[in-house]
Amino acid sequence: MSGGVDSSVAAALLAEQGHDVIGLSMQLYDQSEGHTSFGSCCSIDDLHDARRVAAAIHIPHYILNFEKQFDQQVISNFVQEYVAGRTPLPCARCNSDLKFATLADRARGLGADAVATGHYARVERAEASGRYLLKRGVDSGKDQSYFLFSLTQEQLASALFPVGDRPKETVRDYARRRRLPVANKPDSQEICFIPGHDYRSFVTRRAPEAARVGVFVDEHGDVLGTHEGIHRFTVGQRKGLGLASPTGTPMYVLALRAADQQVIVGPKSSLERTTLTASDVNWILAEPNQPLRAAAQIRHRHKAAPAAVRSLGDGRAEVVFDAPQTAITPGQAVVFYDGDTVVGGGWID
Amino acid sequence: MNVSPMRVYFDYNATSPLAEDVTDAVVRATRDVFGNASSVHHFGQQAKATMDAARSAVATLLNADLSEIVFTSGGTESDNFAIRGAAEALEPTGRRHLIASAIEHEAVLNTLKALARRGWRTTLLSVDQSGIVSPDRLRDAIGTDTAVVSVMQANNEIGTIQPIAALAAIAHEHGALMHTDAVQSAGKIPVDVRALGVDLLSMSAHKFNGPKGAGVLWIKRGTRMQPVLTGGKHERNRRAGTENVPAIAGLGVAARLAAGKLSVEAPRVAALRDRLEAGILRAVPGTAVNGAPESRVPNTTNISFERVEAESLLIALDLEGVAVSTGSACSSGTLEPSHVLRAMGLAAHRTQSSLRFSLGMFSTEEEVDRVIEVLPRLVEKLRGLTRKTVPA
Repeated sequence: MSGGVDSSVAAALLAEQGHDVIGLSMQLYDQSEGHTSFGSCCSIDDLHDARRVAAAIHIPHYILNFEKQFDQQVISNFVQEYVAGRTPLPCARCNSDLKFATLADRARGLGADAVATGHYARVERAEASGRYLLKRGVDSGKDQSYFLFSLTQEQLASALFPVGDRPKETVRDYARRRRLPVANKPDSQEICFIPGHDYRSFVTRRAPEAARVGVFVDEHGDVLGTHEGIHRFTVGQRKGLGLASPTGTPMYVLALRAADQQVIVGPKSSLERTTLTASDVNWILAEPNQPLRAAAQIRHRHKAAPAAVRSLGDGRAEVVFDAPQTAITPGQAVVFYDGDTVVGGGWID
Repeated sequence: MNVSPMRVYFDYNATSPLAEDVTDAVVRATRDVFGNASSVHHFGQQAKATMDAARSAVATLLNADLSEIVFTSGGTESDNFAIRGAAEALEPTGRRHLIASAIEHEAVLNTLKALARRGWRTTLLSVDQSGIVSPDRLRDAIGTDTAVVSVMQANNEIGTIQPIAALAAIAHEHGALMHTDAVQSAGKIPVDVRALGVDLLSMSAHKFNGPKGAGVLWIKRGTRMQPVLTGGKHERNRRAGTENVPAIAGLGVAARLAAGKLSVEAPRVAALRDRLEAGILRAVPGTAVNGAPESRVPNTTNISFERVEAESLLIALDLEGVAVSTGSACSSGTLEPSHVLRAMGLAAHRTQSSLRFSLGMFSTEEEVDRVIEVLPRLVEKLRGLTRKTVPA
């Protein structure tokens, strides 16, 4: 229970259905020294909101201290990825490495059969294969299956997403009807541990070596200017480059080269790519032994596009889109869909 | 919801349920004694008389004079008042050094931190493996500029009793004041301010079946103190603010009850604690007691459960209706490794696997046996989880 409306409603629905529900919240960073500047999902007010909701629906509630685990499993990776010139996706790491791992273990230790969250996604069991399927939430605007692609069969087997089969508005209506204290709380938007979206200073605080001066180069290798560290950029970025384009066309970040601290820039047309490869691929349906047709989604707000997906073995896969896609970003996830069903996904190389 | 046959409360060091006579006194004072104790008229006199009765009861419990008792809002205020009040009074004499033990309650530790930010030099005395401060350590640390030495009489997490009289003697040799936080000892063991030889002593009503919001700072007659709360002339100019008469009435009754039956109640609770401790050590493999078994308050035991996350065991016990605690809780209510067990030099895995069981007035043999019965199953279940947690 994050203290947001979705996980609150998830808990309330299960309790209403007569399940024996225990509310758990994760404390993800040190609250004791008055750090209140971290962002939304794990601020102390949110923990108190979770507690108030639990009291309102008459379930026990506990806050688990996962500072160390969060730091080692999510924040470190987040920082390292930026230092390496990639754009991380911490929510997906948190889901597979913390929520449905350490937290689920704790829950099992308390006698729980399943772990429910407020994600907009669905889990179904395929009758024929017996495999657990991950599907998009019915509210396409809120769907979070993209962030859950790396859940294993074991993790999916005990996962419950009680709000995944309803639209956000009915979730809010339900919260209001049940008079949950968070019914009108705004949705969280930012990465929970990054105050005010300023991930750049967060990265340099954690990894001062990231703030190394480098150069912008164009596609031909011509140096166009200097920058203060590649962690400040992400593929597809246009704003904040501080570059005057020689031709007057807007310049975009095309790639980041960590080895020589170069930011490659060019016109929007150069951002288009047709192929990508991915690593640490998790196949939720069985790993295909020949190329399959799927819709591949390359970031949270991307409309999955038709592609051919081929397993390369060794946890890797190649994706060839039918049409070029803009700003394929290393570090983000590529998730393969068959209709609403997640076939699998991996981390973009 | 789990329906438990019974709820067991073994967290008396956090707070204790009110004795029936205490509840009656609080209710009566709330309802009937609404006057302001500073008022001249009948209603004020009634309130003053209620407070006087409480003051006498506390004085008897502590072997103190009436004039030495200052009512406060509780242990935290008393600790703040003792240290800040004495520090401020002694500052003009050039004494700018404060000493406390490393295992003090946060009320003391964070008060020292706050003063350190204002230029005071502070020293924390280390403790041995059983959590005891050795007088030699104090002798090494103390100097001619030491203003206050603050060492708790009994520790809240492990119950260890400190050699306060010996420490006080050293403090006085160097012209420093001696404060002891007796929040976890008052009402549980005899607390005699003269025998302890201290100058300042804090206590809190709710730790011995009194109400929350009432405490005492005992200030030895003649001790120079500056008030921390300034305002009216309450409590002989030492602590301003209209007195919380109902809570003070409850404090008085709790003190009277404690003084009256300490000699019976302490051995009774000790026997229950020992039964619990022995039962757990027997029933659950991989357990060990932390602290000083020979020198501790009768109601407390602190036990490590090897390969178990204390946080999880605490929750699992609560779901079974058994309320215990680990050391201190931080602001969100989550658990952090105990600074007390760390100061004792225990390995991280042991500090993170320790639970505190603290018993009291209403504890029964049946409750003890219930805990011994449920623990092995819960511990086994938690130990059965194979995934590696992140190393400390």
